[in-house]
Amino acid sequence: MNEFAASQHLIEFLYLIASALFILSLKWMSSPSTARHGIWAGEIGMVVAIAGTLLHHGMDYKWIAVGLVLGSGIGIPLGMVQMTAVPQRTALSHAFGALCVTLVGTAEFYLRTPNVPPFMMSVLSMEVILGGLTFTGSLMAAGKLQEILPQRPITYKGQNLVNFLLFGVAVCSAVYLVLHPEAKVFFPVIVGVSLIFGILLIIPIGGADMPTVISLLNGYAGLSAAAMGFVLQNKLLIIAGALDGSSGLILSVIMSKAMNRSFTNVLFGAFGQVQAAAAGGEEARPVHSATPEEAAAILTAANKVVIVPGYGMAVAQAQHKVRELYDLLSKKGVDVRFAIHPVAGRMPGHMNVLLAEADIPYDRLIEMDEINGDFPQTDVALVIGANDVTNPAARNDASSPIYGMPILDVDKAHTVMVIKRGMSPGFAGIDNPLYYLPNTLMLFGDAKQFVGAIARELTGGH
Amino acid sequence: MGSNLIDLLFIFMLACFIGFEVIRHVSPLLHTPLMSLTNALDAIAVVGAIVLVGEHKSKFAVVLGVIAIVAATSNVVGGFFITDRMLKMFKSSRPSK
Repeated sequence: MNEFAASQHLIEFLYLIASALFILSLKWMSSPSTARHGIWAGEIGMVVAIAGTLLHHGMDYKWIAVGLVLGSGIGIPLGMVQMTAVPQRTALSHAFGALCVTLVGTAEFYLRTPNVPPFMMSVLSMEVILGGLTFTGSLMAAGKLQEILPQRPITYKGQNLVNFLLFGVAVCSAVYLVLHPEAKVFFPVIVGVSLIFGILLIIPIGGADMPTVISLLNGYAGLSAAAMGFVLQNKLLIIAGALDGSSGLILSVIMSKAMNRSFTNVLFGAFGQVQAAAAGGEEARPVHSATPEEAAAILTAANKVVIVPGYGMAVAQAQHKVRELYDLLSKKGVDVRFAIHPVAGRMPGHMNVLLAEADIPYDRLIEMDEINGDFPQTDVALVIGANDVTNPAARNDASSPIYGMPILDVDKAHTVMVIKRGMSPGFAGIDNPLYYLPNTLMLFGDAKQFVGAIARELTGGH
Repeated sequence: MGSNLIDLLFIFMLACFIGFEVIRHVSPLLHTPLMSLTNALDAIAVVGAIVLVGEHKSKFAVVLGVIAIVAATSNVVGGFFITDRMLKMFKSSRPSK
């Protein structure tokens, strides 16, 4: 018995070390120069925690080993995906994390019932509700990002009401179960309804809202793990869950601010309501277009160029061609920087990762607030596959659905060049007055091919 | 272990504040790797699944537990792996080496 207590203390002590390492791990993420230490701290913490757990008294290791080996086998390919597939990979891993939490919660319920005190039942319900909705919600998000499912939001009448009712059913069943722990039948109801709720929650969400949604699901996954920590009375889990939960919530707040939505608006599922469908017939307004040769000439004559990347660059896989352009212009003495809008792309920081992958130094990637003041002194703003985040209507047209959203002020540059496939509006379905400005040149074509053509002009031209 | 409920709530509250403080200082440059890192750390839920399987209290619990271990371990391995790959790519133009 004494030996048993000693091993318990050792385990708790190892968990303490792991918790400290996890906090350090996130702290070191604050800057790219220390970030890789952060990974080491996290990895060591994880190994310490798992090793400690295996010390538990009287364990049967056979099936644990099977799980660990199988999981590693799935994890390795998931860690090797292309950088353009990172958003869907992230969503998928949220789903896996939530699946783990939900399954453990379910098993714990059936092991403990009917002797579950009210507080335990409350956190257990919270665990499976959050876990369940995060599991199916994240799978849906991953499907949309991978384009297995339609990216377009699917809406129907009374959608919010249906969602509210479903969520209500889950919560009411949980409350009933807390008061009457012997009513076992309600448990599968809670799990089932949460799973359905997760699907319905993501159905109305369009591609442009994905950064917020992924962050929010990240937060939910963390909170469900923290709830699991309460169920198992495991302090390490509570801490890791709280860290992940706060990270996800902070990112969702940043994302929702960058789209001019209130946090409550995001939390209570009013996603994707910006579908204004401004498919008006005013297509007759004139636009100026230019060829790769003309674009190359303008870029060569410039002193300061700011490139604005968006999801279109990711779709066209144009980041390596952009790097070529960056190299060529830098060699000619042109100052080239990149303006990164917080919600450009499909997840927080998406553009930074793609450009870093293409070997563009990170000190050339400038955040919106920092670079916006520089546009009036910029000779050329080159927009590649970004739309709504450059729409001046957000600043000066109170009737626009995106009015008030902070944007990159590219229209203030001396010349604006926009690489775009055609004149179709962006994901929010809103016309962009930027394209009709006298200082705007439209470069029609595929981002990768067009940037490649400009780069060829710059090399071969002279 | 006898950690009582209030203790656990205190720990949760403090961890949330630490989380907010620490994450607020993460550069937006690194938001994507941050998310994959927190994902990997979050997979610490695997310890719960390990205990569940190891204690072998019922067949049902073992089956669910093994699936849970597989799911969480793939997050641990894949999460750390891809975060490392991403961070390796972030280079400064200043000659710092």
